[in-house]
Amino acid sequence: MIHFLVHDPADNVGVAVVDIPAGTDCVGRNLENNQTLKARTVEAIPLGHKLALKDLSVGDTATKYGCEIGKIVQAVKAGCHVHTQNLKTKRWA
Amino acid sequence: MTNRKVLGYRRENGRVGIRNHVVILPVDDISNAACEAVANNIKGTLALPHAYGRLQFGEDLDLFFRTMIGTGSNPNVAAVVVIGIEQGWTQRIVDGIAKTGKPVKGFSIEGNGDIRTIASASYQAKEYVQWASELQRVECDLSELYISVKCGESDTTTGLASCPTVGNVIDKHCAAGGTASFGETSELTGAEHIVAAKAANEAVRKQFMAVFEDYTKLVFDQKVDDLSESQPTKGNIAGGLTTIEEKALGNVEKLGKKTKFVGCLTPASAPSEKGLWFMDTSSAAAEAVTLWAASGAVVHLFPTGQGNVIGNPIEPVIKLSGNPKTVTTMHEHIDVDVSPILQGEMTIDQAGDALLDMIVRTANGRLTAAEALGHREFVMTKLYRSA
Repeated sequence: MIHFLVHDPADNVGVAVVDIPAGTDCVGRNLENNQTLKARTVEAIPLGHKLALKDLSVGDTATKYGCEIGKIVQAVKAGCHVHTQNLKTKRWA
Repeated sequence: MTNRKVLGYRRENGRVGIRNHVVILPVDDISNAACEAVANNIKGTLALPHAYGRLQFGEDLDLFFRTMIGTGSNPNVAAVVVIGIEQGWTQRIVDGIAKTGKPVKGFSIEGNGDIRTIASASYQAKEYVQWASELQRVECDLSELYISVKCGESDTTTGLASCPTVGNVIDKHCAAGGTASFGETSELTGAEHIVAAKAANEAVRKQFMAVFEDYTKLVFDQKVDDLSESQPTKGNIAGGLTTIEEKALGNVEKLGKKTKFVGCLTPASAPSEKGLWFMDTSSAAAEAVTLWAASGAVVHLFPTGQGNVIGNPIEPVIKLSGNPKTVTTMHEHIDVDVSPILQGEMTIDQAGDALLDMIVRTANGRLTAAEALGHREFVMTKLYRSA
């Protein structure tokens, strides 16, 4: 079973394609180069939600599809849930 | 693909439709009651009540007439009865629709009252609906269908599965000589550079960026907030989308990998040649699809993640989803399930072929989920308040 997908090798977040409990050793796939990826969740990641693929600091840019999707506003550890609590748009500010 | 056939209705102007509606079209809000009465009298006709048509002016009035005339002119419409409070604007819409060569007649209420108007219009509607019922479907090329695309209640599966599936169809349809249109100006924010790079030439690129920047200026001019209360929507956020940039990057997967867009359309305007077109639309589903139907699109492809239930009275809306929960919990709304993409059990190319098969079946007469469920959202876009 694939737990998460990653759009682009440059991405620092992946997308859960099943509901993943905390503490799961996960298998992922990169859609661009078909590479198999591994990750361990720290928090539960619901289907469709993002997990950090590496530690991210305040001010870092979150990257998905190889493009920026916003700025990190609260530090996130690898395997944690990335969403509105720690990621904000860079637009319309 | 090039030789793929569908059974459609070839209209007087040569355009191909896949539905055969007799529309009872109100010019204005106060003619809705008469139109609904006619549609109640004459079975098989379709009234399109709406909220506007009085005291509009300038660009907003132009858009109103384009939407009314375009809706009546759509190849999915066989004939039209137009009812308005007064004769002037009623006749203007009748004359616009008549350019297609299809049967159309106008009725005005002032001096007659509702009851006499309803009677006269009902006699005409009965003739039209019986005439239309004898029109036969004929073999047409799939590439003759003008397809519109827009997603709704997106989540991250939209960008992973259902939008790339639509993009695959856009590539195949446009390569075969078809016409298609995308829009959703606000939901391109964060991916506008990707869209700009898909412009067929520099003039089209500049035109697109001007439309996009005009929209961005509107957001800043209003300055109520940064739109993050509306974009992404609460449904988008529940589905895992966090920012407008992330939503937009998934959205533009619908544009395909190879296709360049050949021009920019003002809302409800018809493409002047084949290929993929950008239309300046709201991202609200019912408003946007209504604009595409008015521009002549005959079938709409609608990827959804969390489960938007929209339909349109004129163009069938085919829904696809890549979210394995949604295709189960809301299965009655989904025409094509592309969720196996998430586990690698279906490729984007296979999903595109499955969606093309559904377009052919829909064109040949299969009712979409939204049609079967009675979703007929007809929502006019209004640019500013009336005089």
